Amino acid sequence: MSASRKHGPALREFSKSAPVFAALGDRVRLEVVARLSQEGPLPTVELTRSANLTRQGLTKHLNVLENAGLVVSERLGRDRLWRLQTRELAAARERLDRISREWDSRLERLKTFVEGTGSPEIR
Amino acid sequence: MDSDRIEKTIVLKAPRDRVWRAISDAANFGAWFGAEIDGPFVAGKEAIGRIAPTKADPDVARLQEPYRGRPWRVMVERIEPMTLFSFRWHPFAIDSAHDYSKEPMTLVTFALSDVEGGTLLTISETGFDQLPLDRRAKARDANDGGWRHQTNLIEKYLAHEAQA
Repeated sequence: MSASRKHGPALREFSKSAPVFAALGDRVRLEVVARLSQEGPLPTVELTRSANLTRQGLTKHLNVLENAGLVVSERLGRDRLWRLQTRELAAARERLDRISREWDSRLERLKTFVEGTGSPEIR
Repeated sequence: MDSDRIEKTIVLKAPRDRVWRAISDAANFGAWFGAEIDGPFVAGKEAIGRIAPTKADPDVARLQEPYRGRPWRVMVERIEPMTLFSFRWHPFAIDSAHDYSKEPMTLVTFALSDVEGGTLLTISETGFDQLPLDRRAKARDANDGGWRHQTNLIEKYLAHEAQA
């Protein structure tokens, strides 16, 4: 509900990254992202090898990543080549940073409140 | 990146009981956070209030003023005197037409300990990864729900937060 109205503006932006965070909230998918980021584009067959899953099982995970805009794929013969899409990741990072800065601001106010002599009296 | 967790620590030059009262007492909490909360905080119970500009920073207060009276609510989770206070809330609840009550909430935790010269406060917010996948479209729709006219204020607010 409305807890976030309080910090609404940044969160509205941030909420666009919710699918990204959800997509990354899984060990298999996180590993796929890590591999693609370190090794560059890879075919499904190669990703299947390290994921210890069936091709079908891994494809489900790849589709989640693709829907979240984290990876894109293109045909490569009978396989698909998967490539990391860094723009979405950067946006997610930026939005988490904003929430982080909101907490910085709140903590500054708390600091003023508990340390300051001119601040309102604490009950 | 750790997409699921934000954590902050700060040393407050104030005795632990004073910091505890600033966090766990609803009126005190609201005074610095920027809300008028119908207290007290009770573990396992919802705390309801309204946005009311902070008393701790006139600049931030001015930016909060346009939001005065908007609902503010959290589900209080744990209250462990002098040690820990936590609540859950909906961090992305921005669409007034949408019912968020069945969706997962993030968990905000305040933890206190003693350090030389004051009190160490650690706050964390976790659970971003649990938020639903379809929120992207909903958030976009919400842009048409009355927020647009406040864009200028929002930009100023964000600029301010960025400097803070």
